[in-house]
Amino acid sequence: MSGVEAKAGAAWPGETARRRSGALGDRIFRALVALAAGLVLLALGGAAAAILWGGLPAFLHFGLYFLTSTAWDPVRRDFGAMVPIYGTLVTSLIAMLSAVPISFGIAVFLTEVAPGWLRGPVGAAIELLAGIPSIIYGMWGLFVFAPFMADHVEPWLTTLLGPLPLLGALFDGPPLGIGMLTGGLILGIMVVPFISSVMRDVFLLVPLPLREAAFGLGATRWELVWRVMVPYARTALMGGVFLGLGRALGETMAVTFVLGNAHDFNLSLLMPSTSIAAAIANEFTEADSEIYRSSLIALGFLLFLITFVVLAVAKLLMARLARAEGRI
Amino acid sequence: METAMSAREAAQAPPVPRIMMENLHFFYGETEALKNITLALPQCQATGMIGPSGCGKSTLLRVLNRMYDLYPGQRATGRVMMDGENIISPETDVNRLRSRIGMVFQKPTPFPMSVYENIAFGVRLHERLGRAAMDERVEWSLVRAALWDEVKDRLRGPATSLSGGQQQRLCIARSIAVRPEVILLDEPTSALDPISTLKIEELIDELKTDFTIAIVTHNMQQAARCTDQVAFFYLGELIEVGPTAQVFTTPRQRRTQEYITGRFG
Repeated sequence: MSGVEAKAGAAWPGETARRRSGALGDRIFRALVALAAGLVLLALGGAAAAILWGGLPAFLHFGLYFLTSTAWDPVRRDFGAMVPIYGTLVTSLIAMLSAVPISFGIAVFLTEVAPGWLRGPVGAAIELLAGIPSIIYGMWGLFVFAPFMADHVEPWLTTLLGPLPLLGALFDGPPLGIGMLTGGLILGIMVVPFISSVMRDVFLLVPLPLREAAFGLGATRWELVWRVMVPYARTALMGGVFLGLGRALGETMAVTFVLGNAHDFNLSLLMPSTSIAAAIANEFTEADSEIYRSSLIALGFLLFLITFVVLAVAKLLMARLARAEGRI
Repeated sequence: METAMSAREAAQAPPVPRIMMENLHFFYGETEALKNITLALPQCQATGMIGPSGCGKSTLLRVLNRMYDLYPGQRATGRVMMDGENIISPETDVNRLRSRIGMVFQKPTPFPMSVYENIAFGVRLHERLGRAAMDERVEWSLVRAALWDEVKDRLRGPATSLSGGQQQRLCIARSIAVRPEVILLDEPTSALDPISTLKIEELIDELKTDFTIAIVTHNMQQAARCTDQVAFFYLGELIEVGPTAQVFTTPRQRRTQEYITGRFG
């Protein structure tokens, strides 16, 4: 009798002590994860500040001229960022234009069309593609892909599209093999695994009942994919595309090999150009003056800015899209 | 006087089967999920499929619109006749079949688009309609599904923002918009609250005038309330089928009685 009372009166002895240590553990846990997240911000801020500091002399010396000038003359110490910025944007655009449809096709094939036994091997092959170091892509691009482009693709493009008004200017010039088109296509091949594996994962998340409902109405596979799965996964698909774009903008080695590293402004996609990352990688060791070095770092800051702006705009677009879907 | 007589005669005459299953077997790989089913779905009547989980009633619905085609290793043998055509024969045009036999699932499955587009989607798969005709079809389906009054001012709004019960009625509207002959409902109210459930049951009763209905349900009251014929399945076999009133009051089989009185299942 007294034993029962004692048990009831003690109100689970030890309980409060356990709670307290749990609360302490939780505080430590929160501090640790906050520190981890803080490190990212610190690294981001530190990197941005450091390259801005390094590039400041060039920004101060050239002012707005740095952004608009196509000059890049180490002898006269006259530097402008126009050509590398243009090269970066154009090659990334070509990469996206080629990689997004192909990745979409791969993802649809892997989730909707391929028989079960083929999905594993093809999926693994695509992930292996993502594991190839970019320098290998660069060497392959220079020794195999660029000659192929020069011999078989570019002459054909020039004769076919060259005479067209406006568009023709993009495919004008001698078939060198090395240039923005080749660089963009190599970049495209490089980002395909990233975009396609995100797209595949996104398609796999489409709920089974939704797919069955579409089939239940008599939809074909294509109608299911295009009319139901793409709208359902639109935001996540865009996320995959921008992940690929982020990689394409900053990719260095592969484009350095096939871009030609020429600081000449050319409208033609067949002509050599340079990109921000390629210019930095190529010329940093040769930068023999303070302003040359600073100009390269300033280029780096601009790349940082471009990537940031592109990703921010993408996030903004996706947020607006999501909001529009909630309203319409 | 005469008309009254003929009406009574018509009521007594055996109902015309819309779908006739004969010796239907179904396999998930090696497992036989349906064993030698012979069952008729009478024209413009609701047939309830009841039985404990795993007895094959949902499988039966998935045979009728060939949903099992999507999955390798699933196959059906026997005959499922509709208008002199064997539904499960490989020659059957599956997409056309599914426009004739609509399906509503356990959980509402609105597509990620507007209310209007959800309905127009299915129609566009099978018909080319002008704008006015499409508007008319959408309104007709929503009115038929007893949803029009609730959504007529938000046709352009996303379907996913409707309530669960409204979403399910939207799915029913979506199925009837393609003007099927048969509607399959797979536990259509199991994810819904009692009021929405009641609305859907009333709707089923109403839809019977135009459509042949097969409904899988775990709810005995629901089966009693809104079906004309009940089929009791157990372990892949059709144990008993008969008019709803008869099966629920005087079941012929002991297992049927045990199930409907809640002794197992």
